[in-house]
Amino acid sequence: MVTAITLDNIEHLAIGSSFLGTGGGGDPYLGSLLCREAIAKLGPVRVISVDELSDDDNVFIAAAMGAPTVMIEKLFSIEDQHRAVETLERFLGRQATAIISAEIGGCNSMMPVAYAAMRGLPIVDGDGMGRAFPALQMTSFNIEGVACAPLTIADEHGNSVLYQTTTGLKAEELARPVAAAMGASVCMSCYPMTGAEARRAAIPKTLSGAIGIGEAISRSNDPRAPIDRLIAVLRAHDYYKDAEVIFRGKITGLERDTSKGWVFGSCTVSAMNGPEQAELKFQNENLIVTVDGRLRCIVPDLVTIVDAETAHAIPTERLAYGQRVAVVGCSAPPMLTTPRALDVVGPACFGLTESYRPIASLSKDMI
Amino acid sequence: MRIGVDVGGTNTDAVLLTGKTVLGAVKRPTCADVSSGISDAIGALIEVCGVGPEAIDAVMIGTTHFTNAFIQRRDLVPVFAIRAGFPAGRGIPPFSSWPDDLKPILCGGSKMVAGGYEFDGREISPLDEAAIVDAIDEARAAGIRQIAVSCIFSQLNPAHEERIAALIAQHAPEIEVSLSSKLGRVGLLERENAAIMNASLRPLAWTITTAFERALQDLGISAPFYVSQNDGTLMSAAHMQRYPVLTFAAGPTNSLRGAAWLTGASEAIVIDIGGTTSDLGVLIDGFPRQSTVHVDVGGVRTNFRMPDILSIGLGGGSRIHEDAQSVSVGPDSVGFRLHSEGLIFGGDTLTASDIAVARGQASFGDPARVIGLPEDVVAKAGQAIATLVDDAIDRMKTSPQDIPMILVGGGAVLVSDMPRGVSKMLRPDHAGVANAIGAAIGQVSGEVDRIYNIPDGDARTAAIADAEAQARAQAVSAGAEPDSVGVVNIEAVPLQYLPGGATRIVCRAIGDLALAE
Repeated sequence: MVTAITLDNIEHLAIGSSFLGTGGGGDPYLGSLLCREAIAKLGPVRVISVDELSDDDNVFIAAAMGAPTVMIEKLFSIEDQHRAVETLERFLGRQATAIISAEIGGCNSMMPVAYAAMRGLPIVDGDGMGRAFPALQMTSFNIEGVACAPLTIADEHGNSVLYQTTTGLKAEELARPVAAAMGASVCMSCYPMTGAEARRAAIPKTLSGAIGIGEAISRSNDPRAPIDRLIAVLRAHDYYKDAEVIFRGKITGLERDTSKGWVFGSCTVSAMNGPEQAELKFQNENLIVTVDGRLRCIVPDLVTIVDAETAHAIPTERLAYGQRVAVVGCSAPPMLTTPRALDVVGPACFGLTESYRPIASLSKDMI
Repeated sequence: MRIGVDVGGTNTDAVLLTGKTVLGAVKRPTCADVSSGISDAIGALIEVCGVGPEAIDAVMIGTTHFTNAFIQRRDLVPVFAIRAGFPAGRGIPPFSSWPDDLKPILCGGSKMVAGGYEFDGREISPLDEAAIVDAIDEARAAGIRQIAVSCIFSQLNPAHEERIAALIAQHAPEIEVSLSSKLGRVGLLERENAAIMNASLRPLAWTITTAFERALQDLGISAPFYVSQNDGTLMSAAHMQRYPVLTFAAGPTNSLRGAAWLTGASEAIVIDIGGTTSDLGVLIDGFPRQSTVHVDVGGVRTNFRMPDILSIGLGGGSRIHEDAQSVSVGPDSVGFRLHSEGLIFGGDTLTASDIAVARGQASFGDPARVIGLPEDVVAKAGQAIATLVDDAIDRMKTSPQDIPMILVGGGAVLVSDMPRGVSKMLRPDHAGVANAIGAAIGQVSGEVDRIYNIPDGDARTAAIADAEAQARAQAVSAGAEPDSVGVVNIEAVPLQYLPGGATRIVCRAIGDLALAE
């Protein structure tokens, strides 16, 4: 159990959340620099479990929104994050008592930690996805009936915008073009919750889960290969336990196409010695993988392409011909696989025609 | 006629080329004073070939000097960094991610000023010239002579960086300026890091350029010299003085390019076997496959173009280990002591070179000294070497089809069995000096990396045409013969989570150096 985030486990969180980013979510590197700076100056961030929240706690989200390619130019600052949260606090007339991540995959796992350090508040061991998803409405908060709005986004110039939208989907539609107008790298806060709501709607233990995954991948005094350590730690986890290396090989095909701000694409991985091929499809995040035409893992279960040697996740933006990789699949948190959840984060939400089937049942078919 | 020189850690190699013919090649030990090693090698080369110094049209030099200086923290000077983009980027100032041992040596202060661009070309803020002048005064007061300038999205528009350079020239003409837009790609911190590294190396670059010039002068060579960059192309001496950081990782690139030129192969695996390690790379269209991961140099994160290289612990000096069950090779090596410690050279350490001689693959040293080796040890060691090479090739290949392999480097004799997945083995003449040949045949390049707004297919075609035209123009301005310039790589990646079809296009064009030959 992780009770505090210190300088020592920031890198583990970055590596683990890259894996949970399933190819998307942006690079946690920049956020990790902010965390380092904040924790070096202000001390470790206390981590509290979802169960430790009292009913009248005020739990606020700290998150970034925009294009990763823009974020690596414009970087971030915690003050802009503060303005997004502060605007929401002022509007609601209540102060944050705890911070939570909207998504534990990719760069949005780091900013909340740096922000919690700045505010001297605890961070909740949980999030709204247990992985990364591309759109605002795709959270357990939404699935469990918490309103996305009021929502604020803030840019570096002091501009902030507050939305009152009726649904998470509408918030996504309205916020994205404004984020682009504000320079495509902005800070946001949404889904403001009471402690009681967060206890009901957040996916618990994902922050410590991400740190554990990162630690396993980078533990250099363990004689097992990094990928074996990764699979072992996933199998020991409550949610990600149906984990396996679905395929190993080299990237031999890559297609990307853009439409309405989403990058749709596919990636072919060919076996080193043999004719077998794995096909992945992604919409920013990886969605589905088939091996020689047979379905092996599908969203909301997690599909991540990792470096064959280091087991570090490779984001879809950095996939390239010739990379030597392993395709790792694992089960999603159960809150994401209920019928109600599948209406929000299931295969159909990404335009896939295949139905969701848990990775464990797909593996059983292979035997 | 042109001369190619490779200044390696152990040897300095020099070759003389005319057109497509290698007239001669020599190897000399690298001296602590790099220029005298170069003098020795070139002096010996023109003597061996019997040509006068006036016949030389150009000298091309590949050097690891700057990489080594940076990694060993030698001869570096403090740098002041100015970043334009405020209020964006202010949370992570310059030098934030630098290693603790380097920061005190290198950080001469920094300032973030208003300026910079959005992804779509709008200004983030107008450039704050008053703040820039303050920063220049601050650097000057601290006695700093090097300023690194970065600007958000300067790849899109370098105007703010150039304006800052003009202000520095006006207010402090004694200060030298390194612009990030000349050095790196999209990714502000990595590009800014490159500009700072570059600035820290500039006094050394001046020393080295002068030493090279003097070495050539002393030999009576009045031809210009060029230096290899990390992508295998050349830059002028004057350009190296300003941008020494662009020489990082030129070594492996030169060896791959040399292998391609010697064999005429455009798609192949190249294995360069040295004394301690072997480097494998892949040729695609005659150029090295590029690495896609961030490369740390001396602990600093950069996004230079680097070849995708796999290094394994197999070289001529690799030790052979025997135990009851098995025989294994390396990864430890006797290195440069091979010539005293290897069996065939009178020593008592069993090395990979001894195995090559025992198997009759090579004849150097004293073959009589390996005659008594047990047959099964020789066979198993040979097998272990073959397995290392097989596995490494497997890891580098991208398709199940067999592919040609080119063997270069001094230790190329270690490989005799046809590795798995290889269609043919090529051992070109002069393979031992492939690096120097790669330097000699260097071309010149231009690169564009920017974001285009692409709402439809027509706009996409126009954007790609624009990127190609810009890359070609850059290659020509870098010294390429216009008719020889071709586009070698174009990549269009749409920006995620952003409506409007903004697409990042990276385009590279390469041409032959315009030489009076």
